[in-house]
Amino acid sequence: MAYLDRSVRSFLLSELLSGMWLTFRYMFRPKVTLNYPYEKSPISPRFRGEHALRRYPNGEERCIACKLCEAVCPALAITIEAEPRADGSRRTTRYDIDMTKCIYCGFCQEACPVDAIVEGPNFEFATETREELLYDKQKLLANGDRWEAAIAENLALDAPYR
Amino acid sequence: MVDFWASYAWPTAKIVLYIIAIVVPLLLAIAYLTYAERKVIAAMQMRKGPNVVGPFGLLQPIADGLKLLLKETIIPAGANRVVFVLAPMITFILALVAWAVIPFGPGVVLADINVGILYLFAISSLGVYGIIMAGWASNSRYAFLGALRSAAQMVSYEVSIGFVIITVLLCVGSLNLSDIVLAQQNIWFAIPLLPMFVVFFISGLAETNRAPFDLPEAEAELVSGYNVEYSSMAFALFFLGEYANMILMSAMTSILFLGGWLPPVDVAPLNWIPGPVWFALKIAACLFVFLWVRATFPRYRYDQLMRLGWKVFLPLSLAWVIITAGVLVAMDWLPDTIAG
Repeated sequence: MAYLDRSVRSFLLSELLSGMWLTFRYMFRPKVTLNYPYEKSPISPRFRGEHALRRYPNGEERCIACKLCEAVCPALAITIEAEPRADGSRRTTRYDIDMTKCIYCGFCQEACPVDAIVEGPNFEFATETREELLYDKQKLLANGDRWEAAIAENLALDAPYR
Repeated sequence: MVDFWASYAWPTAKIVLYIIAIVVPLLLAIAYLTYAERKVIAAMQMRKGPNVVGPFGLLQPIADGLKLLLKETIIPAGANRVVFVLAPMITFILALVAWAVIPFGPGVVLADINVGILYLFAISSLGVYGIIMAGWASNSRYAFLGALRSAAQMVSYEVSIGFVIITVLLCVGSLNLSDIVLAQQNIWFAIPLLPMFVVFFISGLAETNRAPFDLPEAEAELVSGYNVEYSSMAFALFFLGEYANMILMSAMTSILFLGGWLPPVDVAPLNWIPGPVWFALKIAACLFVFLWVRATFPRYRYDQLMRLGWKVFLPLSLAWVIITAGVLVAMDWLPDTIAG
């Protein structure tokens, strides 16, 4: 009997037709496509995007050249050189991140005692040449200036969970 | 000179014009079939499909065509150059020449030959040569395996297509495609011959190497099958050939089973619409099912494909030939051309 049932089903294509009916109904469902360059999906405050070096509100850079980020970086993407500045404070003379090595693990921002290096919300920093992805201190500070508002907001939003 | 003009040059020019009038809309239809495919499958997967190039992405097929034209044609070092270049041309030309006998409306046909359906059958059988040549000339394992699969598959399903065509011919009594359409004035053959209609359509899917029978180009195991080594225009010709074959198979389905250019019922508002429009609508409906099937079903396994072709469709269509013939004789419904 089961055999007969199965044969009749397969000859009447009932399962195939019910499958087709399903896809036909799906055709009229609302689309889930995001028109990417024009609309973007929401991202978490913890999103780990492009790096930035932040400043204090008075314009002084936060980084104190402790080199914790350099030490913790599992991809060895960060290179720091430091010297005492004219006013005696310890600052970096060189702060490079090789964005082609970086794995966006976020350890650098976790290690940073002064919240200087952070991974901002920007993920659209593709370039046409490899060299452009070798970020130096100037580029990172510029990123910090450009994204400070968003970064500060994200840090504030994430603070209760830390 | 006048004689030369009247007896030779003018008829030739007229035929060339007819050919252009068929081929240009056909190529446009092929281009927009690729667009329709992407849109329909996208809709069934709740996506939007191409929507950036031009309004609603309508210029996408043109952009794709230009892209393929501008790419470099690569001929592998181990390939047999002549056959390698010839194969896509054969595929594409065969996909186009079949249209010579397709009637678009009453009397609107390039060559109204009396063996139209045999011509179509022969041309669609020749289609496998382009693929075999491509697979062999590429000198690549994947391409060769794809070609072998394609050859086996097309040969298997042609057998049942042949029997389906015979059942239709029994009911019509003519091999002329216009006669086949006119014989369906009272009722489309899709209704009395429903099982054969389904068998024909599914065999058509296999014959055009479409999902769920797209084993010759199974990405998962054969990379892309017989056309792995092709690039640029050579690839485009294969691509266009496949879609032209889909349209041809839909046209054959409409002519054999859906009454060709005839309106569904011969009443006032419906028969005002000209025949070619009905024909195009029916082709479009068949093509939609082609795309719909592709969006719905996973690919068959190779042994399942062969089992379906030889152990289900062949006996089924053979039995239906005998049943149809028996019913026609018993009820004395044989068309005059056979009985007479």
